This record gives sequence, structure tokens and C-alpha cells, in this order.
Amino acid sequence: MRIYAIAVFLFLYVPIGIIVLFSFNAGRHASELRGLSIQWYGKALSNPFVGDAFTTSLIVALSVAVLSSLMGTAAALALQRLKGSLRVLFDGLIYISVMIPGIVIGIATLVALVTVFDFLNPILASLWPEGVKPPKLHMGYASVIAAHTLFTMSLVIILVRARIAGMDRALIEASMDLYATPWRTFYQVTLPQIYPAILAGFLLSFTFSFDDFIISFFVAGANTTLPIYIFSSIRRGITPEVNAIGTMVLAVSLILLMTAQFLLRSRVNR
Amino acid sequence: MPDHSSNSNEVDIEFRNATKRFENVVAVDDVSLSVERGAFFSFLGPSGCGKTTSLRLIAGFDQPSEGDVFISGASVVGIPPHKRPVNMVFQQYALFPHMDVAENIGYGLRQRSPKPDRQDITRRVDETLEMVRLSGYGKRRVWELSGGQQQRVALARALINHPTCLLLDEPLAALDRKLRREMQIELQTLQRDVGITFILVTHDQEEALSMSDRICIMREGRIVQSGSPRELYDEPLNRYVADFVGKTNFFDGEIIEARDSAITLKSESGQVLVGVQPKKAAPLVNGSRACVAVRPEMISINAADKNVGDDSIALHGEVMNRIFLGEHSEYLVATVEYGEVMVLSPKSVENSNRSFAPGDRVSLSWRPESVLVLGDT
Ligand SMILES: Nc1ncnc2c1ncn2[C@@H]1O[C@H](COP(=O)(O)OP(=O)(O)OP(=O)(O)O)[C@@H](O)[C@H]1O
Ligand SMILES: [Mg+2]
Repeated sequence: MRIYAIAVFLFLYVPIGIIVLFSFNAGRHASELRGLSIQWYGKALSNPFVGDAFTTSLIVALSVAVLSSLMGTAAALALQRLKGSLRVLFDGLIYISVMIPGIVIGIATLVALVTVFDFLNPILASLWPEGVKPPKLHMGYASVIAAHTLFTMSLVIILVRARIAGMDRALIEASMDLYATPWRTFYQVTLPQIYPAILAGFLLSFTFSFDDFIISFFVAGANTTLPIYIFSSIRRGITPEVNAIGTMVLAVSLILLMTAQFLLRSRVNR
Repeated sequence: MPDHSSNSNEVDIEFRNATKRFENVVAVDDVSLSVERGAFFSFLGPSGCGKTTSLRLIAGFDQPSEGDVFISGASVVGIPPHKRPVNMVFQQYALFPHMDVAENIGYGLRQRSPKPDRQDITRRVDETLEMVRLSGYGKRRVWELSGGQQQRVALARALINHPTCLLLDEPLAALDRKLRREMQIELQTLQRDVGITFILVTHDQEEALSMSDRICIMREGRIVQSGSPRELYDEPLNRYVADFVGKTNFFDGEIIEARDSAITLKSESGQVLVGVQPKKAAPLVNGSRACVAVRPEMISINAADKNVGDDSIALHGEVMNRIFLGEHSEYLVATVEYGEVMVLSPKSVENSNRSFAPGDRVSLSWRPESVLVLGDT
């Protein structure tokens, strides 16, 4: 049993360890280790394609994180007031949307968007005055952000819901009793109580979006996010530069995930 | 200028046929009552009888399904809690954990518009801290405080707003016995000093009796009886109230004669019991079942062979247990006629007479004009 467990862990972590190790490789081939250096980090950071992909990923991930924490929190607060079978239905839908594989979300969003675009573009073209080039809807930032948000919003809802459930309802009543309007009660009492969950949701959404390859691959259109860039450059062979990029993504993700974990562990009432 | 000064009969809170229904329970059922300004009023009753719901109707967290609730003469139905001039002390205090003591206490003032300036708030928070004897605790975190201190912060947080009426939902339930006793006295003194109407919810009859001017006893959403603690103790309208307020021995029987308020009962063992009916109670008729309620301190305990006066009613039995309570001794006597009977014998009698030990044969007697005959409802 123990050997089995060790084997699983080795299988999981050794490849990651190797990538990290080889990212410090001084040689130019990915397969042989020739001393340690950080030259590939320099190369990667100065590569304009990497820079562009990184910027794209950053824009997408930040938008996703902001949108899903705002909408997810609002949805969680609204769901809290829902009663009966409607609530069960929404709870179910939220959990399902977290469990749906990325590839399904990717394909579904792609098909849905393409259909809508094909339907809307001719209408837009006919509405626009003669001689002016009509706007044309296409895959881009908006479609990736929308597809990612679809998934991460559910994460935020689940996290915030759990926090609200652990919160003392009497606090809100106490605030109302002490003359605070509903809005003031929200930002003076509710928000300070649930913000760790919102922040954790923000970080998880960011990490998910920043790391995601599958959904982005389907709906990103001409935009290249960092994972897409890595994927396409691997086809030209694995270089220590790719390892360096991978290691950086890994480090950032781990830091964000651990911060989120820390926030979620902080006690509800402190 | 309206005159707020000394009209002691001014009504502060009033319910008119207020009913509150939840899906399938009637939590408050057709309740009408009025509370005078400056009174210390208590809702007393067992768990689930609608005490908290009544309080929430006043605070505005719940709205009546039917009927009306008035504060200072104006109907408040539909007015949200933050617009009502009352404040509540919650059972678990509900202090804001992300704020320190001073911020908690100043919370109500900061919501006012126009907002009082900073020095003004600080000054009033300090005054209020002093009032609840917590000077210097302003910068403490609320969870660092003991139960009694938290409870005083909760009180201060409500009182600083000078509400017309303070609502207290079992404010002392979480405190240990000794602290609870201290806080009861503190609350009473405080209420006299600030002159605000206090409405207290409790299921502890001793607490209600010792603190309130008026008590309203509830059962299943309805008012059973309301009155001063004396009235409730001396003239309970029915068995439920007598059972709830203080300790009572009940002797059941069937009414064989009802003349005005003097009632004669016959018990199953054939003994004849007499007593008077409370003035305000619904009249009892011949043949109906009722009981004689005898407070333990009204019964005198004597040696079995000792002769008692003719007009006294006597039971015979054996002492099962004696508890020494300082000023009193409490006896549990197994009687031939009625099973266990509780007797409270004052120290003076114990000394001059003699006291009894378990196993002693005794006779119990009381004067019939001093006991009440009560119906079940
Ligand atoms: N929000 C609610 N939804 C449904 N039923 C409720 C609600 N609040 C109270 N009730 C019901 O109304 C009845 C009265 O409740 P309430 O809380 O007023 O009792 P209480 O006298 O304060 O009891 P306790 O001493 O246990 O606090 C109970 O049967 C309770 O189950
Ligand atoms: Mg209650």
C-alpha cells in the first residue's frame, strides 16, 4: 500500500520536478543537464511572443477574476434568499457547472458563439448604413473571458455561499436594528464577514483562467494565451525556455492557490 | 413642543390583535397588549410559545400577518427595522466581530444622518462605557471579553442610541447563575436610571418575577394572563399560570358546589376540598373538573398526633425528604390522600416547633380561605 502511494506521488511530481530542474539547465537541449543557470528565464522573458502571450493571459485572467468574483458574490447573496425547490435547482446547476469537463465547456461555448455570431452578423451588416464597414462579431477576448467566467463564477458562488452559511444571521439583524440601511449593512457587516471567501474566489478564478488551455484553445480565436503559446512551441520541440515558462506559471499558481487556501481557513468570526 | 415629561400612563408599545403565522405554525396568535412608557415588561413562557416572535414584531424583523403593532401611538406595520426607534439586545449578543468594543458601541450613532462628529461619538461612547462599568475597554476586541462583559457591551450598544424602548431577548441566558443574578440587579438599576421602557423575554420565572413591573405569560402564541408579579403569584387565573409562576401543589377534584367564588370540590379519594376562585377567572360550574392550588409556604406541617383547628384541611403522610434552604426547610411528604406534597416551613416555626426527619409521620394543614380553586384553562 505504502509503495503504491509512493509510486503515485512519484508519477505525479517527478515530471514537474524535472521541468523545474531543466528550466535551470545551462545547456541548450532539454534532454541533458549541463550545469545550472538562469539564462533561459532571461531568454523567455525577453521573447516578444512570450511577452504578448503573457499580457493576453494576464488581461483574460484579471477580467475573469474580477467578473466572476463580482457576479458570483451577487449570485451567492441572491441565492441565499431563495427557498424551496428553486434553490435546490440552482444549487444543482452550480455544482454541475463546476463538474462539467473543460473540453465540453470549450466545445459548447464555441458552437453556441459561432451560431449566435452567424445569426447576428448579417443582421448587423444590414442595419449599418451603406458604405460604413459594419462591426463583425468574432472570437476574441470577450469569448474566452465569457467561457472562463462561466466556470469560475460557480467556484466563487460555492465559496461565498459556504461563508455566508457560517455567518451569524443575527449580525445583520443587529446592524439593521442599529439604524443601518440595507446597503450600509451590506458593506459594513456582510462584506467584512465574507470578503476572505470573495478574495479566495478571485485568486482561484485568476489561477484557473491563467492556467487554462482547453477552453481557451476552442474560443480564443486569434488570441494566444500563455498556455496556448506553450502548447504550440512544444510542437517545435521542448526547449529549456518552455520549461522556464512552465516553472514560472507553476510558481505563480502555487502562490495564489496557497493564499486562497489560507484565506478560506481563516475563521469565520475573526 | 409635545410634552414627554411625566405622563406615566402614556402607552409606548401596543399590540392590537396581532397575529404572526409562519408556513404552518401560528407563532403569535391574536395578541393584544399595551406597555406603558418606562415600564419593565416581561414576556414569560416555555420554549416555542412565541416570545421571540413578539419581540421581533416590535423590532421590525417580522411583520404581523394580521393585526397591528404601535410604537408611541403610531402604527409601525411595514416600517423596516432601521427606521424604528427601538433597539434590541440579542440572545447571543451579536456583537460585530470585526470591530473593537468602542466601534461596536458607536455603530448606531455612525448610522445617523447627519452623522455626529467624531469627538461627539467618542465622548458618548466613553460615557456609555462608564455607565456599563467598562471604562477603558474601548480598544479591546469583542471576543476577548468574558460573557458578562460582552453582554454589557451589547447593552451599551443599544442604550447609546436612547431608544424609546429596549428589547431584550433572554439576555442573561448564557451567563452562569451568580453572574446572572448580578446582571439582573444591574439591569434593574439601569432601567430605573435611564427611564427607558424595557421589554424582556425570558423563560425563567424567577427572573421575570424579580425584575418586572408587569409580566405577560404566554402559551402557544396566546396570552394566558398578564399582570404584576404579585397578581400572577397571588391570583393566577388558571392552573397553567400557577404552575409556571412559583411552586404549587395541585389537588384535583370535581366541583360539587359553586357558590359565588367559594367552591367545594370532591377528590377521587372522596375528600372534600374548599377554596375560593380568583376574582377575574371565568366562572366554574358544578360537575366540572378543577383543582385546588396550594403554595408550599401556605401549608403547615405538624406531628401526626397533633390536633389541628376545625376549619383546616388536613392530609396525613410520611416525610420523604427534607432540604435545608437556610431561611426555610423544604419538605417532600408522601400523603395517603394525594401522593407527594411539597411544604415550605420557615425557620422561625422550625425552631419553636420541631423539625421533621425522613420517615416521620406528619399531618399537613392549611386554611381553606387562603387557597385558590383553578380551572385548567
Ligand atoms: N422564521 C420562522 N419560520 C417558521 N417558524 C418559525 C419561525 N420563527 C419562529 N417559528 C416558530 O414559531 C414558534 C414560536 O417561536 P419563537 O421563537 O417566538 O419561540 P420562543 O418563545 O422565543 O421560544 P424559545 O424560548 O425557545 O426561544 C415556534 O413554534 C417556532 O418554531
Ligand atoms: Mg426565543
